[in-house]
Amino acid sequence: MEQKKQLDERQKWYWKKNIRFILGLLVIWAVVAYGGAILFAEPLSNIQLFGVSFAFWIAHQGAIIVFFLLILTYAIRMDRLDREYAKLLKADREG
Amino acid sequence: MSVEAITITLVVITFIIYTGIGWWSRVKDTSSFYVAGQNVPTVANGAAIAADWMSAASFISMAGLVAFLGYDGTIYLMGWTGGYVLLALLLAPYLRKFGKFTVPDFIGDRFYSSSARAVAAIATIFISLTYISGQMRGVGIVFSRYLQVDIVVGVLIGMAIVGFFALLGGMKGVTWTQAVQYFVIIIAFLIPAFAISAQLTGNPVPQLSFITSDIVDRLSQIQIDLGMTEYMAPFTNLSMLNVFMMTLALMAGTAGLPHVIVRFYTVKSVRAARWSAVWAIIFIGLLYLTAPAVGAFAKYNLIDTIADKPVEEVQDIEWVNKWETTGLLQFDDKNGDGNINYTAGDDNEVMIDGDIIVLSTPEVANLAPFIIALVAAGGLAAALSTASGLLITMTSAVSHDIYFRIFNKTASESQRLRVGRITLLIALLVAAYVGINPPGFAGEVVALAFGLGAASLFPVILLGIFDKRMNKEGAIAGILTGLIFTLFMIGTILSESIFGTEGPLIDSFFGINAQGVGVVGMLLNFIVSFIVSRMTTEPPQEIQELIENVRAPEIDEDAS
Repeated sequence: MEQKKQLDERQKWYWKKNIRFILGLLVIWAVVAYGGAILFAEPLSNIQLFGVSFAFWIAHQGAIIVFFLLILTYAIRMDRLDREYAKLLKADREG
Repeated sequence: MSVEAITITLVVITFIIYTGIGWWSRVKDTSSFYVAGQNVPTVANGAAIAADWMSAASFISMAGLVAFLGYDGTIYLMGWTGGYVLLALLLAPYLRKFGKFTVPDFIGDRFYSSSARAVAAIATIFISLTYISGQMRGVGIVFSRYLQVDIVVGVLIGMAIVGFFALLGGMKGVTWTQAVQYFVIIIAFLIPAFAISAQLTGNPVPQLSFITSDIVDRLSQIQIDLGMTEYMAPFTNLSMLNVFMMTLALMAGTAGLPHVIVRFYTVKSVRAARWSAVWAIIFIGLLYLTAPAVGAFAKYNLIDTIADKPVEEVQDIEWVNKWETTGLLQFDDKNGDGNINYTAGDDNEVMIDGDIIVLSTPEVANLAPFIIALVAAGGLAAALSTASGLLITMTSAVSHDIYFRIFNKTASESQRLRVGRITLLIALLVAAYVGINPPGFAGEVVALAFGLGAASLFPVILLGIFDKRMNKEGAIAGILTGLIFTLFMIGTILSESIFGTEGPLIDSFFGINAQGVGVVGMLLNFIVSFIVSRMTTEPPQEIQELIENVRAPEIDEDAS
């Protein structure tokens, strides 16, 4: 019974961390795609990036690169979280 | 050898390869048939997701759409990639952890209800069927343009190939074939892009020369001179509100398309599902970072070749001549001055179909016939890989979700496989029919598929994972609200082309057009399901345990 409770605690901790990662990454997702490329497109059009405007670059290429980085970051962080979780469980078992 | 002969040879070779893979990976049990035995390697699954996802629309039409929308083409560029962030973070790992075969499986089990399962299965069939009609059309176009065969024959050949390896190999065969098809697609897309980039800018890497060269700037300037909208300026073709809504609808729709979601069931662990998404966005991103360059370069080149030039001189160019005979490129010297006026106004004398942007690039850039053949093979690979994924998805919705889980719960393994294959055959015939006799509103149909995905399946799966209190009453009320609202709005806004009314019944929903209205359906779905679930009883104990289990980390043999 004690063990079951401890396991529940661990899972709760894991889930909370997971939610925090997701929210953080989704904020970036929204700011870049909907902020940078759409809501602030007009002001950002005045900034030049090589041959194109900054807003145009985000809308046509930059956002896609950011999407890739977000998905990559999530996979890496969750791998790490999985390992931490496994370590905690091991420690619990060994007392 | 003529271009046609090379094309036929190359297409036949690729078809033999696909068929060989179908034979090699043939299956005997339902798990392999629906989810490839859940042991597809991560990279292969990523490539398969990419090929499954990148349809005839991505390969043939998207660069052209972007070329004509300019800045606002971001709705496709972001809309068709950003959904993978939602999938990777919010849906894929949990659905893999759940571990069953289909999307209706999750919805039916999570909401402990056969009605929810049936509604989800029907939404799956409907979305997939609307989507597949566009694919078969793409097959027809490629066959008729490059092989000079009748569209009907082209569609039938394509169906026979898809049917053969899907029937034989199920999801396993389809996955491996798609992984190979991805490489055909991407090579066929990149080689002409490198060539046109080198020709116009001197830099062969289109993804870079797109920003470092001044082509986009010059295109912007030419368009202004011709009285068109500035290429680089935002919201010249669509309002900010519509760009916002359409992008969101395409993103949430992507995450709600059953044939995409089911791909994440085929890998061996939750961790592999997350990494599959990483590979998928790499493979997809490669094409999507190239497409805006191809669109801008090809359009610049096209305008440069034809605008203000004498009609006769332009019509002497070989590729112009070829495309003119297909009707996708037309000239009409209205004022009779012998020159081509390309403008945004009534005096415009040029009609360009966006689909020729990608397909004509190798010819415009004077590439070898082999490359032209490769583009044809790439277009076919894109259409066929998506069609086969859709067929498997539809088949599993009928034979697994409806037949086995609702009507005949004691069906044996071989019975289910047989029903699966019969369903696949029927779906194949329906798809062939739709491909040969496409509805007049094929473009609208795609908007419908995404709108429905966004308004029905996406919110329900999301709430099923993240809202423990969500119950069967809330979910069903939410799906129905989203579906009915979105169907109704798209039907009334596009009534002219769908029902043949005189003019649309309503112009827009408070300024939001048909492609973006799915977002409103999605919001209504969220609101209604939240309110209804809070007013009714909470889900039973075993369902709460199911959610806990879906959320819990997987005890992973690789990690320890």
